[in-house]
Amino acid sequence: MSEMRRVTAICNGTVVDHIPAGRAIQVLRMLRLDIGRSNPISLVMNVPSAKLGRKDVLKIEDRELSQEELDRLALIAPAASISIIRNYSVAEKMQADLGEELVNIARCSFWNCITQNSHEPLPHKLRVANVDPLEIRCSYCGRGQDMDEIVENIL
Amino acid sequence: MGDLITMDDLTNKEITNLLDNAERLLPVAKGEIYLPLLEGKVLANMFFENSTRTRMSFESAMKRLGGSVLNFSSAGSSVAKGETLYDTMQMVAGYADVVAIRHPRQGAAQYSADSIGLPVLNAGDGAGNHPTQTLLDLFTIREAHHTLEGLNVVLVGDLRYGRTAHSLSHALVRFGATLTLVSPDSLRMPSEIVSDLTAGGAEVTETADLAGTIADADVIYMTRIQKERFPDEDEYSKVAGVYMLKVSDLAGAKESMIIMHPLPRVNEIHPSVDSTHHARYFQQAFNGVVARMALLCDCLGVKVPKKVK
Repeated sequence: MSEMRRVTAICNGTVVDHIPAGRAIQVLRMLRLDIGRSNPISLVMNVPSAKLGRKDVLKIEDRELSQEELDRLALIAPAASISIIRNYSVAEKMQADLGEELVNIARCSFWNCITQNSHEPLPHKLRVANVDPLEIRCSYCGRGQDMDEIVENIL
Repeated sequence: MGDLITMDDLTNKEITNLLDNAERLLPVAKGEIYLPLLEGKVLANMFFENSTRTRMSFESAMKRLGGSVLNFSSAGSSVAKGETLYDTMQMVAGYADVVAIRHPRQGAAQYSADSIGLPVLNAGDGAGNHPTQTLLDLFTIREAHHTLEGLNVVLVGDLRYGRTAHSLSHALVRFGATLTLVSPDSLRMPSEIVSDLTAGGAEVTETADLAGTIADADVIYMTRIQKERFPDEDEYSKVAGVYMLKVSDLAGAKESMIIMHPLPRVNEIHPSVDSTHHARYFQQAFNGVVARMALLCDCLGVKVPKKVK
C-alpha cells in the first residue's frame, strides 16, 4: 500500500516528510504542538522509504509552520523535507536549518549545570559543536547532550 | 582578552605572551619590587566554594600590583537567602573592575560572563574548567623544561571530576604534548574531552597503571580524588587512595622529570618526595601569583613593561 493511500492529501497546512522512522512523536513534541487542542494532525510511522529505508510522515492541517519552528526539527530529523500546502498543491518547499546555537529549545541535562537552578533568568543555550556526526553541547557547562536527553528536556 | 572561561578563550600566542609577562613579574610577586600597575582597580573574588590557593593568590597578585580586592563567600550572603547568580553578578558589576569566580555548579563562570560586562575569570566551575590554574601549570612546566612543546605529560588520579586536568590537557595538546591519562576506570577523562584532545591529532593513551608511565614522563601531574565531587560515598571509597607516589617509585624516572599537584594533596604524594629535585608543587603554588598577575593586567588592558624595575 502506498504512503499516499494511508493518509489523504491535505488542503492547506504543512507536510513534514522523511522523518527518521519512529521519531514522529518526538517531532510533535519538538514543535510544541498542543496535540489535545490543535488542528487535525495525521501521523504515519514506519512506512517504506527509498531514501531512509523506513520513515515517518507528519501532516498538520490548516497550519503553516514558521522557519523558526522548523529549525527545531533539524536536531532530530535533519533530512526532513517540509512542504507548505495551499489548496492541495505544494506552495513552498523548506529545509530545517540547525544553525549554531539552540536558544530556549531544550535545557541542559547535566544535573550540576548552573541552568538547573530554575530561578536563573538567562536563556537555556545548546550549541552545535559538530554537524556530522551531530554533537550538541551546553553553551554554559560544555557537557555533551544525547538526542534522547534533548527530547526529554524540551522546554 | 575579555573573559577567561576555558583555555579555548586564549590562542597559543596569547598563552605564551601571558607566560612571558608572568616571568617579568617574578620580582614583583616575591615582593622585591613594588610595581603598582593596577592601582585604583578592584578585583571581586567571588568564591561560592572553598578555596585556599586560588583565592589567596588572586588576592596577592592584585595587591602586589597596587590594586584592591573585595572578598565574597556565599556563606552568610544573600546567596544563602536564595539570590540567583545573575542578580549577585549584577550587584558585583557595580563594585569592581574584574571578577574571579569559583562556583560548585559547572557553567557558572560562562553564565556570569553572559550576565555582566566586566571581565570574568573562571577560578573553577564544578568539575568543569580551571584555566587560571592551567596558566600557572604551564608556567611551571615551561620554567622547568624551557619549552611547552613535545613533552610527555602523565595526568594521574581523578580525571573525571578534576577540572585542573580538564583545562591543562586541552592546553597541552595544543603545544604538541603527548598525554598519558592514568585513572581508575570509574574516574576516566570524560569522553567529550578525550574526543576533543584526539580530534587535533594528539597522542593520548589511557591506562590505570601509574608505575608503567614513570620512566618516560617529563611531567607527572598528580591530582586528588575529590570526595566532594562524588554523588555517592560508596563510589568514593572504592577509589580513594588508589595512586600514591613514593620516592621508591621514582628510581627509573628521567633526571629532568617534575612532579606537580594542584594541591591540596591528601595522600597522593608521600611527604618524602618533597625533598627530591622532582617535586615542584609548592613552587607551582607560588607561580599562581605571577600567572594571575599577568592575567589581571591583560584583562584590565594594562601593559606589563618589557623590563620590570
